[in-house]
Amino acid sequence: MATGVAAWLPFARAAAIGWMPVANCPMPPAPREHSKKQDELIILNVSGRRFQTWRTTLDRYPDTLLGSTEKEFFYNEETKEYFFDRDPDAFRSVLNFYRTGKLHYPRYECISAYDEELAFFGIIPEIIGDCCYEEYKDRKRENAERLMDDQEENKDSRLPNMNFRETMWRAFENPHTSTMALVFYYVTGFFIAVSVITNVVETVPCGSTPNQKDVPCGERYTVAFFCMDTACVMIFTVEYLLRLFAAPSRYRFMRSVMSIIDVVAILPYYIGLVMTNNEDVSGAFVTLRVFRVFRIFKFSRHSQGLRILGYTLKSCASELGFLLFSLTMAIIIFATVMFYAEKGSSSSKFTSIPASFWYTIVTMTTLGYGDMVPKTIAGKIFGSICSLSGVLVIALPVPVIVSNFSRIYHQNQRADKRRAQKKARLARIRIAKKGSSNAYLQSKRNGLLNELLDLTSSEEEEQHMNKTSSLLESQHHHLLHCLEKTTAHEFVDEQLYEQNCVEGAQFSRSPSLSSQDGFTGTCCTRRSRKRIPLPNASLSTTHTHTHTQGLQELSAIHIQCGDQPSLSTSSRSSLNIKSSERSRINCRGQQITTAVISLPSPTNFPPDGDGHGLPNPLSTPPTINTTSSSNIVKVSAL
Amino acid sequence: MSRLALRKDLSLRCARVMLTFFHEEWEMEGLQTVGILLVLCSSLKLLHFLGLIDFSAGDSIEDDFELSTVCHRPEGLEKLQEQTKFTKKELQVLYRGFKNECPSGVVNEDTFKIIYSQFFPQGDSSTYAHFLFEAFDTNKNGSVSFEDFVIGLSIILRGTINDRLNWAFNLYDLNKDGCITKEEMLDIMKSIYDMMGKYTYPCMQEDAPREHVENFFQKMDRNNDGVVTIDEFIESCQKDENIMQSMQLFDNVI
Repeated sequence: MATGVAAWLPFARAAAIGWMPVANCPMPPAPREHSKKQDELIILNVSGRRFQTWRTTLDRYPDTLLGSTEKEFFYNEETKEYFFDRDPDAFRSVLNFYRTGKLHYPRYECISAYDEELAFFGIIPEIIGDCCYEEYKDRKRENAERLMDDQEENKDSRLPNMNFRETMWRAFENPHTSTMALVFYYVTGFFIAVSVITNVVETVPCGSTPNQKDVPCGERYTVAFFCMDTACVMIFTVEYLLRLFAAPSRYRFMRSVMSIIDVVAILPYYIGLVMTNNEDVSGAFVTLRVFRVFRIFKFSRHSQGLRILGYTLKSCASELGFLLFSLTMAIIIFATVMFYAEKGSSSSKFTSIPASFWYTIVTMTTLGYGDMVPKTIAGKIFGSICSLSGVLVIALPVPVIVSNFSRIYHQNQRADKRRAQKKARLARIRIAKKGSSNAYLQSKRNGLLNELLDLTSSEEEEQHMNKTSSLLESQHHHLLHCLEKTTAHEFVDEQLYEQNCVEGAQFSRSPSLSSQDGFTGTCCTRRSRKRIPLPNASLSTTHTHTHTQGLQELSAIHIQCGDQPSLSTSSRSSLNIKSSERSRINCRGQQITTAVISLPSPTNFPPDGDGHGLPNPLSTPPTINTTSSSNIVKVSAL
Repeated sequence: MSRLALRKDLSLRCARVMLTFFHEEWEMEGLQTVGILLVLCSSLKLLHFLGLIDFSAGDSIEDDFELSTVCHRPEGLEKLQEQTKFTKKELQVLYRGFKNECPSGVVNEDTFKIIYSQFFPQGDSSTYAHFLFEAFDTNKNGSVSFEDFVIGLSIILRGTINDRLNWAFNLYDLNKDGCITKEEMLDIMKSIYDMMGKYTYPCMQEDAPREHVENFFQKMDRNNDGVVTIDEFIESCQKDENIMQSMQLFDNVI
């Protein structure tokens, strides 16, 4: 209770005067207050909303931002107030914490936003008051589960190079990853069903031999059933061994529930094989056959609902325990009472207290078979009380279990939906990001062009080129450029990168390039399959760039650009686009031909990542100029 | 005589028959009776619980609400300024802190103890807090209002040395009879030592308070009559430099 401490400390110190006359030793000197400030009002300006409070209020918690000298960093000299660029609504709770000593969590607030605010102001969320702590913890748990779901999906899209064992494990865990896994999944599911049906049909009486009564099918067609059983067990054994082999941690796998179910399902068969028709153990062997029914639990790998049910029961273990305990108590009490009540009546079925247990259970669960019925008046009274209380006792823990199940089930539903939407969302995000990275490449080209134009001092083009990018953008681009220079590599987009990886060896710096098409500078290849949309018409028609000599030392030059001239067979069908995208620039003195950058500009982005091959909106003259400039060096884009 | 004996005999026989009758019947009907009684009682209780029948006279829950809504407002700022030696600003600061902790305007002893115990987590400060409470609660009504609080503080922090010594004497004099006996002093000393708690260096001896009390009386009790009066107390304190100095230690607490 820090508020208490801070506010009442002067009182406690004053009350220490009671010790003074009885003290034997001299007292230590009191700490000096350096600047005895009068309590003053502090103005906290949070995104325009002004909060005012006493300085001492804030000083109550010196280990937070507002209570320490850290707030001086936010002091605004002109307006004499502390300015914070944060959410004013969340700040209300923060300030109330200082005032009242209790931190509350507003229900309308998003949990992660609130956490961020608390972290910013240096307040630990553990001191949230009891009134709001439950809600906070619940929301936080929900959020964490959601994040965990997302992370699990990311794990699916793993590295391409996993060894055989890991691929197999992944195939087992997520059958949708490969067709082989899917086939295996369905085959095992089919065999589980077959096995279960076999077990069931085995006991059906089918046809009677003339001298005996009905025999179950199992005894009639022993061989057939035995073969079926063997086949199923074979499949299950193979599956289990494969899983064991592929598991990343064998010990943990062997301890898991599913593996235990697997083992229990196939063990009776092997035990039956080992044991002969020994009279002593045949009874036990019959019992073992019961365990074959566990095979039905193997379905839980195939059904998510079953898994959720199992998880729910596990998480409601305490409620179930309570239900069991209270039922047991009630059963014992009522059975005792019924026994003694019915003791007097003749031909009573209530022969002992354990015998009355059956009556009590049947009555409390409102089954009422009627095989045991009280006959005395007292017995009937107590019997009715028993049935009424049974309904109540059973009805109590059930809603808890149901609500737990419903919460987990809905969470799973939402997770599935999110997974489905995620792909589309990611694609859209990727497009937006590409736009910004393309902006950098675009501006780089503009920058290079500017440099070139500086060389050639062509002014009218320069004005064209000077696309006014914001200060932020230009600084960001400069930073990326510095990085490029540092590492002697350049940024490209992934299409070009992949393409260059593939076609790396095929291009060479042959002069034939230029002579073939009159291109001297070919920057890079372009995957012609993917047609990159053409640049914005507003960015003038003559987007050009050139590779100067200096760039040649860069090992991989790839600026997303126009297409590959038709040099070799490897060039794809870029010809059709090629012609429409070339343009030239005529500079004074020197002629430079460069490839056109058909770069998707951020402002003109089509909704999907793959641009269509739009017809060239630009009115570029589809001519090619050779140049004799020695400045231009063709640079391989490889 | 024989008629009397006959009547007695008859009645005895009747009683015996009835007794045997009841005895036999009782076994079987006993449980039935018990059952019926049980049902009756529980149904009455259930009806009472559901609020259909009212047995007890009045509910006790609403009574509890009365106490907590008592609100005490202090007298005006000017009046307090006259009564104490604090400035207006100081009174404002004090009241703000007071009102924050006790919105109802008064402190009762339990709250007082809780507040004081926050400063001494290792030991048990409840006894000393009790004595303090007695010292502050000048009108002995079981609660300390803001006026009592501020008047007490004014004496301690802004009063003369004599005032402060008087106040301390008042604190030690538990029965307010004008003199401190050894038992009173022992109680006070024990409560102070309790605040230290168990983990001290050197280890707390059992008779440390008693020794301390002996020292105190040796110093203070001039005429060795076993009690310390107010004059003896003030005189002895004025002679002791340490005490004089320590009395002024907390001058600038507020």
